[in-house]
Amino acid sequence: VLSNDSRRLVLAHFWVAFAAFFVALLLGEWQMYIRSPLRDWIGNPELYYRSVTAHGSAMGYVFPTLVAMGFGYAIVELSLKQPLVGKKWAWFGFFLLLAGVVVAMAPVSAGLSSVLYTFYPPLIGHWAYYTGVVMVVAGSWVWVALMSINLRVWKKANPGVAVPLPMFANLAGAYLWAWTSLGAAIEILFLIMPVAFGFKHTIDAGLSRVFFSWTLHAIVYFWLMPAYIAFYTLVPRAIGGRLYSETMGRIAFILFLVFSMPIGIHHLFQDPQVGSGVKFLHAVFTGMVSVPTLLTIFTITASVEIAGRLRGGTGAFGWIKRLPWHNPMMLAVAFSFILLGFGGAGGIINMSYQLDFAVHNTQWITGHFHLIFAGAIVIMYFAVAYDLWPHLTGKQLVSSAMMRAQLWLWFIGMIILTFPWHVVGVMGMPRRMAYFDYSNPELAPQAITVIISTIGGLLLVISGILFLLVLLRGHMAERITLPEFRFSQPVHAEGRLPVALNSFALWLALMIGLSVLNYGYPIGQLIALKETSVPAVPVGGHP
Amino acid sequence: MSEKIFSLNNRITTASVAALLVIAFIAALVGFVWLPNAHKTGAGSLWDAICSAAGAPARFQNASLPGEKAVFPTNVVVSSDMMGASTPQQVGHGATLALACTMCHGATGTSPAGTPHLAGQQASSLYKQLRDFKSGHRPSAIMQPMVANLSDQDMRDLAEYFASQRRDRPTPAPVSPATPRLVRNGDPMRNIGACSSCHSPNVQRPATPTLDGMNEDYLRAQLQAFHAGTRANDINRQMRNAAHQLTADEINKLARYYASR
Repeated sequence: VLSNDSRRLVLAHFWVAFAAFFVALLLGEWQMYIRSPLRDWIGNPELYYRSVTAHGSAMGYVFPTLVAMGFGYAIVELSLKQPLVGKKWAWFGFFLLLAGVVVAMAPVSAGLSSVLYTFYPPLIGHWAYYTGVVMVVAGSWVWVALMSINLRVWKKANPGVAVPLPMFANLAGAYLWAWTSLGAAIEILFLIMPVAFGFKHTIDAGLSRVFFSWTLHAIVYFWLMPAYIAFYTLVPRAIGGRLYSETMGRIAFILFLVFSMPIGIHHLFQDPQVGSGVKFLHAVFTGMVSVPTLLTIFTITASVEIAGRLRGGTGAFGWIKRLPWHNPMMLAVAFSFILLGFGGAGGIINMSYQLDFAVHNTQWITGHFHLIFAGAIVIMYFAVAYDLWPHLTGKQLVSSAMMRAQLWLWFIGMIILTFPWHVVGVMGMPRRMAYFDYSNPELAPQAITVIISTIGGLLLVISGILFLLVLLRGHMAERITLPEFRFSQPVHAEGRLPVALNSFALWLALMIGLSVLNYGYPIGQLIALKETSVPAVPVGGHP
Repeated sequence: MSEKIFSLNNRITTASVAALLVIAFIAALVGFVWLPNAHKTGAGSLWDAICSAAGAPARFQNASLPGEKAVFPTNVVVSSDMMGASTPQQVGHGATLALACTMCHGATGTSPAGTPHLAGQQASSLYKQLRDFKSGHRPSAIMQPMVANLSDQDMRDLAEYFASQRRDRPTPAPVSPATPRLVRNGDPMRNIGACSSCHSPNVQRPATPTLDGMNEDYLRAQLQAFHAGTRANDINRQMRNAAHQLTADEINKLARYYASR
């Protein structure tokens, strides 16, 4: 059971996360609407890019980081059954992050940093934007340290005992984030900041992009961790089943740790500063990172089947009918897997060096990462919030029908939003465009797809409103006496665990070693190469 | 749980490290050796293919050029007023010196012999080439001894003399729509600028020759030299960057087009 001050801590993280999410959601729909043929062109592309920057920064840096942090703090108390060590530091990290959000968003709102959340050097925005992002990341590093310390405290008190799977996975996410956020941190501190402060007027854009790619792919796996933790440790319990294999879970999280980092150059397939051999190497390891996802799909589907059979389902598919479809967690995991399936299929196209040429920088890519993150991952964030809320508020969540409607709307809305993006991407519509002239006969056939996406976005906004309503109503419900919080039980209790599957040293060593192997040469070569800087392009001022 | 993780006796450690190394080795073999070797264009060693796959930038300049000259394409400072005003004395002195040129470049600078026409060419263009022949930035076994003993003033006067001569051809018409696309628009996707943006008679860019009516073989040889990097006296690699991307067929077409004008 969570202590009272931990509840406040977790709730603070979740509420700021969901507030940022909702504002960014509204911005996203606004972007879709003004870009569609439904209204006249707003006339000023700056406003559009300002909105894209805020949308991406809030959705990419603030929302998932806070969810992972809040969930992580809850996991410490719920799975280790010990009070959280370092609560003051946790609040410090939270407020540092909060201050970072304000410092970063002020110049964005003022139109001084419309560089999009991926920074895009040689574009250079106001220094406060980058400072804010660094504060957000530094705040999350406090969390990483606390997770590690809390596990150490527990291990000292429980020598030789297997670390509970939720905490093990939580730590995998934390270490992954610590290592992968280093790339963007180096890019900001050493390449962008000197220019943003005016000490330099040129920037090595190629090297900056390589450093950002260090962060850019594994950050998605950091976003994904809470969702995967929910798959393994919440879903089977919530639907009345058993986890098919806990060892498989550990292996999946270990594989994420090792493989999700040294593959980021697949984001630079069309960048000339990286050699084709390096790109091929990263493509191969990108293929490897689909392994833990496939393991997870198998294990979780097996766990769900156990639930269906325990409820009396028989035959090859009969168990599906018997699943508790009224249960929000059941709906969420089913929707998440479908969205992950489509998103993953698109991802396998993107990771191919050759096929990527066809879709690079088109709306296809926007569709892909919305399916994966905004679809498969965020829908599990909703489910996590629904599952934890009673334990955070001490009150029952009453609006079951509203939860189901919310999840259905999110699922359908995400499909209606992203499928036309894929189609129009293949037709060649570039991403990050503020304006399309649909009266041009070559663009006219694309107009209808943009309208469809706008409608999908509208469904998502309605779903977002329902989500906040459910949580708010949760605060106002009757106080209840809570049963003890439980994570999923495996079918077979784990026996004696090899040390390697109960600790991180080996996997961290492999993660770092593989990063050096895959990134060492391109980074070293670009640093050594002379005359690779280009004039910086300041953004903002007078549009 | 007393087993050591970083030990050769730990089967999980050895198996996972070995598996990673095998994957990395096979991927590297395919990505750095097999594919670049299979996609290789032209001659080049296996090591060149590996370097290109790793992204190590290749020398763009011809390796046979001496170091200092490989870095600086010319030692002439080109500007719009590099020549100053021309005087009759200069033209007269240049005419006297030009007697040495008549053997190849024609009695008054219109060549009957497959060498470039000098009459009516921009003075800045002629002067820069003379300086480059003298300094060796544009290697030529014939021209180098011819200019070896010329002073800077001699070269300026020669340039002014030939610039003052009239070419024995009618002034060409402005670029018509039938001209090759490369001349009119270039090829932006290959980073080739339009030829006519510099080489039109009316553009008058400093140190930029008029190509109309030049000998076809001469034009082809120069484009090929820029293409291969053996001629490298173009400032900022303007010509090498453009010609590097041209196919042999395009070089032929361009040479024929300008020769026919």
